[in-house]
Amino acid sequence: MNCLIIKRKGFYTNRFEYVLKSGWGIMDFELTAEQKMIVETAAEIAHDYGPEYWREKDKNHEFPEDFWKSLAEAGFPGIVIPEKYGGGGMGMFEMLLAMETLVSEGCGLAGEWFLCLSSVFGGLSITKHGNDAQKEKYLPRIAKGMEFCLALTEPDAGTNTLNIKTLAVEDGNDYVVNGQKIFISGADRAKGMLLVTRTTPLEKAPKRTLGLTLFLVDLPNPAVEIIPIEKHGINYSKTFEVYISDLRVPRESVLGEVDKGWYLLLDTLNPERMSFSAAACGLGLLAIKKAVEYAKERKVFEAPIGAHQAIQFPLAEAKAKIEAARLLNYKAAWLFDRGQECGAEANMAKVAAVEAGTEAVYHAMQTFGGYGYAVEYDVERWWREVNLIRLAPVTHQMALAFIGQHVLGLPKSY
Amino acid sequence: MDIIVCVKHVPETAEAELKIDASGKTIEKTGLVFDINEWDDYALEEAVRIKEKFSGTVTAITVGPEDSDSTLRKCLARGADKAIRLTDLKFTNSDAYATAKILYSIIKNLHFDLILTGAQAGDDGSAVVGPVLAGLLGVPHATMVKKIEFGEGKAVVNRELEGGLEERLEVKLPAVFTVQTGINEPRYVSIMGIRKAMQKEIRVMGLADIGLNESEVGEAGSWLKIEKLYVPPVEKQAEFLQGSPDEIATKIIEILKSRGLV
Repeated sequence: MNCLIIKRKGFYTNRFEYVLKSGWGIMDFELTAEQKMIVETAAEIAHDYGPEYWREKDKNHEFPEDFWKSLAEAGFPGIVIPEKYGGGGMGMFEMLLAMETLVSEGCGLAGEWFLCLSSVFGGLSITKHGNDAQKEKYLPRIAKGMEFCLALTEPDAGTNTLNIKTLAVEDGNDYVVNGQKIFISGADRAKGMLLVTRTTPLEKAPKRTLGLTLFLVDLPNPAVEIIPIEKHGINYSKTFEVYISDLRVPRESVLGEVDKGWYLLLDTLNPERMSFSAAACGLGLLAIKKAVEYAKERKVFEAPIGAHQAIQFPLAEAKAKIEAARLLNYKAAWLFDRGQECGAEANMAKVAAVEAGTEAVYHAMQTFGGYGYAVEYDVERWWREVNLIRLAPVTHQMALAFIGQHVLGLPKSY
Repeated sequence: MDIIVCVKHVPETAEAELKIDASGKTIEKTGLVFDINEWDDYALEEAVRIKEKFSGTVTAITVGPEDSDSTLRKCLARGADKAIRLTDLKFTNSDAYATAKILYSIIKNLHFDLILTGAQAGDDGSAVVGPVLAGLLGVPHATMVKKIEFGEGKAVVNRELEGGLEERLEVKLPAVFTVQTGINEPRYVSIMGIRKAMQKEIRVMGLADIGLNESEVGEAGSWLKIEKLYVPPVEKQAEFLQGSPDEIATKIIEILKSRGLV
């Protein structure tokens, strides 16, 4: 942030006018009229699909058909897709505003989850790196709500993406893919999949970061078998083990260039981190709001429990930390939208957001005492949801390792 | 079909903690969230649906301060083609009659087949602007409209009455209809709509542009003046009945009978 030094104060009627005319000290935190409308619409949708709705969907392991339909009608999956292809032509910052608001105004993690799967994994990756034919094929459909998924993680590679074993072998005009993926969310409903493969095995690659190739695969496909993984939360969406056996994909479905997929993947993985940071902040804000309402009403001894420092201060502290994490996350998006390097900010925001969000939900749950454990009060569900974000899209520890190594310049710690 | 929709930018008061301001005549507005009046929201949606069916234009008009632009932008994002904001310090404290005069002074110069507005506003709840505007324009009106259908040069509307009754009227066009909530399900503002809205212009007009003079608007041009705004005192009328369940039941029956409720 620029430091404002008023050297010629006397020339202007007030400091504000001076700042406006000089351009000094300008860091505009004001949202544009468009951005405000996105936030208002997101809040409106979230109020129509509030905690009660998600309690049911989570309990019944049901996909939220009507919620996704409403989001698609309002054009949210198309926020980052160019106007030419039926989207809003906006950036990751606008997407974060939408996600954060949906989450914090009542949807919980779901407010971010489905947009991340379809718009970030699908829409954003293809917008950034697709050729004209790929853009025409996928983007208008994704803007209208076509579901997408990302098949990256493998059981034997984990965070070590360069170590993936799924192999795509050239065969005439096609590639034939074999391999295994894990934790692939939304693979049951997705009509498209961004599949990360090796076209050159690690041991034969001239550089570790070379040899990865991304494919756009249409689903369902009999060569792609999926097996659901029972999980801790987010039960309104299913996550899978994926087995790929002799999947034949045409050469035209390569996203970007063969063997150079790793460099493109960062344009998907950094926005994914930002999305989950927005979710952590949103969940924290949602839980705090609910806890504050309760703490004002609930009397056990004489005063409402919110009058006690033991209840009040942890919530206040979490709120302050969330607001700081949000700003850092916005900065990451701001850099990304300008085509600048954003890895450091995306990882630092993720660390800050996970700690702040987790702390917020933890103390919200404490505020409710025993009721915090009851499904009816929703906070236990948000706890199960926020728990994901310290593990995915990257573990808290691996995000710290990134900061240690790439921001601080310390030796590799793993 | 060319439709004009009169909208109002109002504070959301349903769940807010309201305070009376120092003048004692209005509420403290700081910290309140403003949005399109709920009833006008339905009127706008109805207008856009009619336009989508029969083609034509939708023009949203408001009388209000600069902040009302966010409500007009919302109308534009939801499908209105044009927006006009009537803003002047002299308009301050206009009652429903003066507001209708301001609207009339601009609308009389525009082509319209239909004017829609909310049955009432969420802030003052006067429910008068629509009928007065119709009176000034010399066109028929219907209030509390729940359904609109069209025939040759006419509309057939259903009006909501008390006690679950509905009235069906045939009305010559052009006309003014004030719309009841629930006539439709307003759509969400869409991302594409937001993009389009930012490319449309909001025309701003003041007292000098509409051919009225100072004495016809604001407090001077109003028939009603707010004397006082207050929160009604809370009265306690709870009575605890004592005795055995049988005795309490007998007392309840006596009370209900004495009040003619059973």
